[in-house]
Amino acid sequence: MAATVIVIGAGPAGVRAAQALVEAGLRPVVIDEGRRDGGQIYRRQPEGFKRTYETLYGTEATRARALHDAFDALRPKIDYVPDTLVWNIEPNALHTVSSTRHRKLAFDALIICSGATDRLMPVPGWHHAGAYSLGGAQVALKSQGCAIGSRVVMMGTGPLLYLVAAQYVKAGATVSAVLDTSTFAQRLRALPQLLAIPSALRKGVALMRVLKDARVPVHRGITPVEIRGTPEHGVQGVRVRQADGAMLQVGCDAVALGYHLRPETQLADLAGCEFRFDQALQQWLPIADVDGRSNVKGIYLAGDGARVRGADAAERAGRLAALAALKDIGMTCSEDEANKLRLQLNRFTRFASGLRTAFPWPARFAAALPDETIVCRCEAITAGDLRRVVNDMGAKEANRAKAFSRVGMGRCQGRFCAHAGAEVIAAEARVPLEAVGRLRGQAPVKPLPMALAPHKDLETSE
Amino acid sequence: MSGRFVRVAEKGRRTFEIVIDGKRALAAEGDTLMVALLTSQEALRDSEFGDGRRAGFCVMGACQDCWVWTANGERVRACTTQAAEGMSIVTRLAEAQEGVWPRL
Repeated sequence: MAATVIVIGAGPAGVRAAQALVEAGLRPVVIDEGRRDGGQIYRRQPEGFKRTYETLYGTEATRARALHDAFDALRPKIDYVPDTLVWNIEPNALHTVSSTRHRKLAFDALIICSGATDRLMPVPGWHHAGAYSLGGAQVALKSQGCAIGSRVVMMGTGPLLYLVAAQYVKAGATVSAVLDTSTFAQRLRALPQLLAIPSALRKGVALMRVLKDARVPVHRGITPVEIRGTPEHGVQGVRVRQADGAMLQVGCDAVALGYHLRPETQLADLAGCEFRFDQALQQWLPIADVDGRSNVKGIYLAGDGARVRGADAAERAGRLAALAALKDIGMTCSEDEANKLRLQLNRFTRFASGLRTAFPWPARFAAALPDETIVCRCEAITAGDLRRVVNDMGAKEANRAKAFSRVGMGRCQGRFCAHAGAEVIAAEARVPLEAVGRLRGQAPVKPLPMALAPHKDLETSE
Repeated sequence: MSGRFVRVAEKGRRTFEIVIDGKRALAAEGDTLMVALLTSQEALRDSEFGDGRRAGFCVMGACQDCWVWTANGERVRACTTQAAEGMSIVTRLAEAQEGVWPRL
């Protein structure tokens, strides 16, 4: 009997993984949370919407179309399960829920392509209505044709900061300012590494040109001070300290925030993958070899969900992980092709490290957050609350601090507070970030409906 | 009542009615519930922790900030739920019927 291979995610990595499996004669199962394929970056707009690929994806139109076409061609050859969450993984089986139906699916190999979400640093006032993640601001536009406000400030750092700002400008939305915490000098320092992918560098320069032509004020080297707003009406403006020390106020009714991306690693965690602290990234990441093999037999990790290197790298990593899975289950695949993919991925790894130099994570901001700043948006828990459990209860480890403070225990399960929370703990306890550890993944990885019924295809359920 | 989100594209779609806190509002075909609500008003819900109104954050099903209550007492995640004709949503704790929105 042919091996059962399941791919989680139908973004760039998942689609290319599924394609390689189909080419080898398998019929993989592709489970995706989205209603349509494409992932976040190449998210497809709803049926009936009329914008062209060029309007929706700009310089990435050709890639987006190629990925969508590839997936459309795969549809009859795969078991596609959209709109479905994988909420737990056990040895050789996973649990899904769609609407209120649950299912258990067995697998011989599992390729996890879970993607990434924005990495966030709290700022006083980021709990106000009208503050969104940069990725969220982009989804609102791409998938729904909406701007998050009538006057939008983009704040943080990373390629997405400029990409989303430029996309808003092109769509006719008003971008009041782009406020970047990194400096021009940092970007220059990153240039040699960024030259690993010249086309990506050129695209970045083109985005800056869009902003310049639209006369959008761009400030670099800023320190966020406050998102001003009221509990009832939400965001009213942003206050930052400029590089020269002067304060700058910008009026707006929406802010998009983000400091590059962080991988969604909860499923790898539940699958039993071992994690290691990556010194360069200052993040805990699941261990995987260059091909995407984790330390658990039959579990493969690919795309931004394993290591953030961008969509082009994810397409290659997805394919490479599928080739590794095929090889491990005893099927033949081209070693030449695998070698080529590995070489290409090396260049993306170099480019990604250039992006880290150009747009560094501002760890130092965490120590400087005023005590009253909300760190956990889910349950409105402040930096002061977190510092108190470090000082009064000696909780210097992430899970212990979570148990006492509830930071990381809310509905987002630490997706948007864990990184900054760990920095707050490390600074307060005067220990390296690595010593704080990482929050363990917990099933269900997202909230489940209260009433669950077995999937109609199943006679019995567990 | 003015909205938070601004429609900048795909404007010619067929519209239908939904109910927000007992008042009628218009949504467009293809809208997520989040967009249908936020093009009519500034927020989706009250924070249960007393820090004011909330309007979602990640827009991609990860942060769980946009769960809203229907008038029947069901909870739905607004950014990943399609708006549908006749939906009735409660966004204010004070206006929810007893048993619809748990008080902490």
